Amino acid sequence: MMNFADDNFELNEIQKLEGHTDRVWSVAWKPATGVDGVPAVVSSCSGDKTVRIWEQSPATGYFQCKAVLEETHTRTVRSCTWSPSGKLLATASFDSTTAIWEYVGGDFECVSTLEGHENEVKSVSWNASGTLLATCGRDKSVWIWEVLPHNEFECVSVLQGHTQDVKMVQWHPTVDILFSCSYDNTIKVWAEDGDSDDWHCAQTLGELNSGHTSTVWALSFNATGDKMVSCSDDLTTKIWATDIVQLQSGNGNAPWTHICTLSGYHDRTIFSVHWSREGIICSGSADNAIRLFVESEDGLVGGPTYKLLLKKEKAHDMDVNAVQWSSKENKRLASGSDDGSVKIWDLTTTSPGCF
Amino acid sequence: MVSGLINANPTVYEKKERRARISPGDVDEYLVEPIDQQEIFDHIRDIKDPEHPYSLEELKVITEDAIEVDDKQSHVRVTFTPTVEHCSMATVIGLCLRVKLMRCLPPRYKVDIRVAPGTHATEAAVNKQLSDKERVAAALENPNIIDMVDECLAPSYECR
Repeated sequence: MMNFADDNFELNEIQKLEGHTDRVWSVAWKPATGVDGVPAVVSSCSGDKTVRIWEQSPATGYFQCKAVLEETHTRTVRSCTWSPSGKLLATASFDSTTAIWEYVGGDFECVSTLEGHENEVKSVSWNASGTLLATCGRDKSVWIWEVLPHNEFECVSVLQGHTQDVKMVQWHPTVDILFSCSYDNTIKVWAEDGDSDDWHCAQTLGELNSGHTSTVWALSFNATGDKMVSCSDDLTTKIWATDIVQLQSGNGNAPWTHICTLSGYHDRTIFSVHWSREGIICSGSADNAIRLFVESEDGLVGGPTYKLLLKKEKAHDMDVNAVQWSSKENKRLASGSDDGSVKIWDLTTTSPGCF
Repeated sequence: MVSGLINANPTVYEKKERRARISPGDVDEYLVEPIDQQEIFDHIRDIKDPEHPYSLEELKVITEDAIEVDDKQSHVRVTFTPTVEHCSMATVIGLCLRVKLMRCLPPRYKVDIRVAPGTHATEAAVNKQLSDKERVAAALENPNIIDMVDECLAPSYECR
């Protein structure tokens, strides 16, 4: 574990990846890359209707654009995410479809198209085992799809409950429980019924539960899955916790409770938040900055509190829409921005008193 | 006037005289001139109302005083006043203002567009929609909406 108390931290820009001709909405590291001699791969998607795949060259260490996935989506590609094995890439688009891509014979091929949403699809997420996929969109619905053999996807449930468009869906990292956040200011927790294939809303985290007071844009879990962070247009990030033992006992109704609100740090909308395996929360926001937060040791009496570890001003020239830590190299971060670029960052430490 | 319009008989005001921005002898071509209230106003004053053949200036939907600019912070806020309280065109007007400034201002600029407090029945909802860039981006991929916006923007000056 890093010693957050004694070290000085710096977020260093390793590389700026250029190629998209419109804003970058989302970035995703490919699992099981960047380790054991496998070159690191990161994908990005954009308002230019394309997805780009960037691969790190083993020789130079620099990322290069390896593929451009185009002529499939006809509108903005809002979100991209790799299946847990890294075999498939799912992309959600304003064209109302979700595309599934596979690397076949040296090329990325669209092997399946998921249709059903009435209009813009805004987010897509794989569950931990890669057997389920969730999508959400402006039609206020959340769809759960079962992954069948031969790249077949079957819709198993359409969840209505949000009263406005749904910005993001995210599966819990260990249990098959789904989370969605919305323009209606709430986060909803969805669990499977015990005796049937149906899904239901197990909990709504809204203003009455100390929740957000404006659009909730994103959420992310810590490594153990007992805590969740959410970010919002209300300029705050919030930390939520649950009883992980109860959750893993198969009870989707293990309640989530608000444990703290990080306010006063952001001046404009926070679009993205991601929790690293090492416990560092990263946020990307409309003030062009990237911020890192860690749990503070000072606040253990009244429950955990979080402190700002560092703020990288002018991380991009425009809004930061996406931040994601690499799951393998824990101190490596990717970000995507309205300025059309993707940036790769390394978090480094310099111990004080060491010259 | 055709009936069925939301505000069939709007009050039309006189246009302000257009001021020259800089006197010709004064120009220092190496000087980076800060963006001010007047420049922003000049960008948006001639935008046509979605319902009427009048400009937003003539209908007093926008005034120079309702523009706040901080060039150092690269921030501008435009507060507009719909002609009637229930004007369903408010989001279209807001979208036109946003698109025009998006096209004219340097990309470093953060633009906030909002309805003047107390002038619109669903003020909070309109403001929320106008500040959600994802919804704005989606709207601008809709050919019908972009046609409507372009029609309103047609009489206003091209950006430099």
